[in-house]
Amino acid sequence: MLTRRLMNHEWGGWVLLCTLGVLAIAVPVLNLAVPQDNPFHVSTYTVTLMGKYLCFAMLAISLDLVWGYCGILSLGHGAFFALGGYAMGMYLMRQIGTRGVYGNPELPDFMVFLNWDQLPWFWYGFDHFWFAMLLVVLVPGLLAFVFGWLAFRSRVTGVYLSIMTQAMTYALMLAFFRNEMGFGGNNGLTDFKDILGADLQSDVTRIVLFVTSAFALAATYLMCRVIVTSKLGRVITAIRDAEDRTRFIGYRVEYYKVWIFTLSAVLAGIAGALYVPQVGIINPSEFQPLNSIELVAWVAVGGRGTLYGAALGAVLVNFGKTYLTGALPEVWLFVLGALFILVTVAMRNGIVGLFRKLRHG
Amino acid sequence: MDDATKNRARPTEQYKQIGTAWIGPGGQFFAKPVSKQLVDVSGHYILYLEDITVSFDGFQALNKLKLYIETGELRCIIGPNGAGKTTMMDVITGKTRPDRGTAYFGQTLNLLELSEHEIASYGIGRKFQKPTVFEQHTVFENLELAMAADKSVWHTLFGRLSGEQQDTIDSVLHTIGLTNLRTREAGGLSHGQKQWLEIGMLLVQDPLVLLVDEPVAGMTHQETEATAELLTSLAGDHSVIVVEHDMEFVRSIARTVTVLHEGSVLAEGAFDAVQNNQQVIQVYLGE
Repeated sequence: MLTRRLMNHEWGGWVLLCTLGVLAIAVPVLNLAVPQDNPFHVSTYTVTLMGKYLCFAMLAISLDLVWGYCGILSLGHGAFFALGGYAMGMYLMRQIGTRGVYGNPELPDFMVFLNWDQLPWFWYGFDHFWFAMLLVVLVPGLLAFVFGWLAFRSRVTGVYLSIMTQAMTYALMLAFFRNEMGFGGNNGLTDFKDILGADLQSDVTRIVLFVTSAFALAATYLMCRVIVTSKLGRVITAIRDAEDRTRFIGYRVEYYKVWIFTLSAVLAGIAGALYVPQVGIINPSEFQPLNSIELVAWVAVGGRGTLYGAALGAVLVNFGKTYLTGALPEVWLFVLGALFILVTVAMRNGIVGLFRKLRHG
Repeated sequence: MDDATKNRARPTEQYKQIGTAWIGPGGQFFAKPVSKQLVDVSGHYILYLEDITVSFDGFQALNKLKLYIETGELRCIIGPNGAGKTTMMDVITGKTRPDRGTAYFGQTLNLLELSEHEIASYGIGRKFQKPTVFEQHTVFENLELAMAADKSVWHTLFGRLSGEQQDTIDSVLHTIGLTNLRTREAGGLSHGQKQWLEIGMLLVQDPLVLLVDEPVAGMTHQETEATAELLTSLAGDHSVIVVEHDMEFVRSIARTVTVLHEGSVLAEGAFDAVQNNQQVIQVYLGE
């Protein structure tokens, strides 16, 4: 019954879920069981790279939920991703213990470097995994709730809202750049050693993180599907298409917007928390406005308002980025710009839209 | 007309507010007074607008407007462009707050203290001038969304249509003649069908008052006739306020006509009397 509601005629969604299922089984086998000199061996570098793409795909789905379905174009979603990442990073910092350069059992290296003599209060509790995970959810969620409450209640919409979200992520970037903030300033948090007692550099840990990311992405997709196929999902799209009409049939539009915006921020935060242990660093550049704009490009390229399209766009664009920044570094920004123009002019519904057009003539 | 003010007994004894809770006449308990059962319709009139004044940047859209709508009546409001017809609807539905004046719904509800969604839940439905339906949703889904129900986020997430609600939607689909198009996306409907769908969206809310802004704009002759029939049949159970430019249409449905001019009532009465009113002729035909 539920399967039918969620997945009927949703071939793209099936492809996404099946791909994730295959990856979650094949990649561990090909990485751990197949010897390195075998051509089918998947290197740990590739595993980590793919894990990173899965986190980006999750982030893209979270943006698609608010932009594609509710028409809220957030140009600051990278901020929620980064905040989730920082919460995870703080946990990983506390796990370093005496293995840091200065060997201080209480303080992370950058605090010793700054001559601080005790841990700031907001670092308390981060030596517990559960506490860090709680904040991975709470911090982005709370920020989105407060921001959304103020913005949506005042009926800020359209381009004004987009500019405000952009300003929000920029302000956070400037704040996190400051050493006095206590989050490692410019350098951010890095030099992580282990997570839940497992060595972050080991192949098995990398594989576990990869598989966890695949599951998290699948769960995110399914949860968002539940929401968009429910009546609530129809109200959300109704708000996107005719906000006043929705209000005049008795819906409290701003509550719906705050709810969906907060949920989306939480998902973005979780994606960030999965991303940080895989890339091994989190610094203020993750708050860059450009990151959030790139994120919008992923969703637009894949096809907004489809969920799986957002995931597809995130993987494709990032694959292109990895390839191009390696092969022709100076070309990447031009390609990104061209993608924007191409999508806006020629494929308004992205790759998924193109496919649908071909199928239905 | 001032009798109406005297006849309105407020506050009523029927519904008592204790803190944020409301106790109904049968002793029912309401956490929030957002339900049309809470509208006290015991009076002769259902809407009272008195001395409503609205100005935008110095332009007086409404000027001491005084208007009473009887329970169950069908009222047509006409007037030249800029007479304040749409602004009046905005005031009633909570979109615009007047600078001065009072607006009551039933005997007890002060419209000026309520927000748009509350007014809608109390039972004032509105059809916009430009047909506004949810284009990406099917005809059925449009009606489902408009259906009277608990419209909080949580309820909506797990909300299911009851059999009774399904039946309501089916009968409304029949009334608006869109039964065969129920699975069609609303964006693909013709202009007239969209107008009808929007009226249907009002009907499933089962409102006490329907505000209908230019229902026959862009309709064919047959569609116009059918609309006239529909609106006439709705009066009685509902109070219907129609704003319209099409005089033929107004003639065919109106019992009472109100003419607005420069933000206040110029004339009110039966269609023929209004039509022969010297002031009205002057306003419409120029000096």
